[in-house]
Amino acid sequence: MAEFSLPKNSKIQPGRHYPAKGAKNPRTFRIYRWSPDDGQNPRIDTYEVDLAACGPMVLDALLKIKNEIDPTLTLRRSCREGICGSCAMNIDGTNTLACTRAISECASGDVKIYPLPHMPVVKDLVPDLTHFYAQFASIKPWLSTQSPAPARERLQSPEERKKLDGLYECILCACCSTSCPSYWWNDDKYLGPAILLQAYRWIVDSRDEATGERLDDLEDPFKLYRCHTIMNCTRTCPKGLNPAKAIAEIKKLMVERRSA
Amino acid sequence: MTARDPRNPLKTARGLGSSHSGVGHWWTQRVTAAALVLLGVWFVATVLCLLHADYATAHAAVARPWNALLLIAFVLTMFWHAVLGLQVVVEDYVHTRWKEVVLLVAIKFLAVLGALASVLAVLRIALTP
Repeated sequence: MAEFSLPKNSKIQPGRHYPAKGAKNPRTFRIYRWSPDDGQNPRIDTYEVDLAACGPMVLDALLKIKNEIDPTLTLRRSCREGICGSCAMNIDGTNTLACTRAISECASGDVKIYPLPHMPVVKDLVPDLTHFYAQFASIKPWLSTQSPAPARERLQSPEERKKLDGLYECILCACCSTSCPSYWWNDDKYLGPAILLQAYRWIVDSRDEATGERLDDLEDPFKLYRCHTIMNCTRTCPKGLNPAKAIAEIKKLMVERRSA
Repeated sequence: MTARDPRNPLKTARGLGSSHSGVGHWWTQRVTAAALVLLGVWFVATVLCLLHADYATAHAAVARPWNALLLIAFVLTMFWHAVLGLQVVVEDYVHTRWKEVVLLVAIKFLAVLGALASVLAVLRIALTP
């Protein structure tokens, strides 16, 4: 059955408190901590950060904590401008990128930070995305053609190129997939919104000649049809994309190629 | 998935592959839903009309050919739609394979029995003078 309560070794314990002495503008961050090495349950550590000496984004606060308060805090980050997707985490109850979420945008009170929901945790805020990436590989995310390669580029009209807008911007941060209850309960087989959006990106590409095979591969009660239009994916996408619409378009194409 | 799993993650992700089904289920669920909107309105209206009627009046109403026909259509569509919906719930939440199979088959058996019983009931009323 679906699991609605955490197993014993995942129950969260109260953690340490790091007060900010003499801070001009303190803000409290409550952060999920777990290490595979100490045999302890996860805990929530509380850090007070002086916003007067901190950048505006949640990632700035996390890096300030790591640099100045607690170097053991573990997180992924790279580009700090919302293009790499590394710092995806659950901030203030929503999956988003720490680098593009301003601290001032978080609800008043403590800022709560957890790793992406329902994924195996490597350490602290770092989820294990191995299966997510393997699912991405499984949809063959590259141009597939039967016709021989032309001497120059494969051409595409501006109108056809426009169809990729809202799809090509996906950075595979996994915010949408890990916000999806269907993906929580059935991630072994359900591809989830991010991968289905990527699949649609190749289905709708005018240069790709494997549309039918791509639809064949998706035509499955679990790979595609676990989507119940819950819309968490679209609500949470930090890039403002609409994976739910991409999935709906795939479902429409599935109907289009069969008899009503 | 553990780090010690010697299989390539792609092997796990690809699993048993696509079953090449599911469109029929999805489409039928929507078609039956649309039919149930119309049949449901008709059913509620018919029942409301019979609210304070006596047994003979209700009997006569159900026995009218169009009413009997639409009642059977309503019941069959409802059970069909219910099976499709319950199937989704079971597939979503039941992850022990044998339990899933037993439940899915049981749901279909019960729905067929329920549908047959309902049709029999309507026919008995419609066909007995």
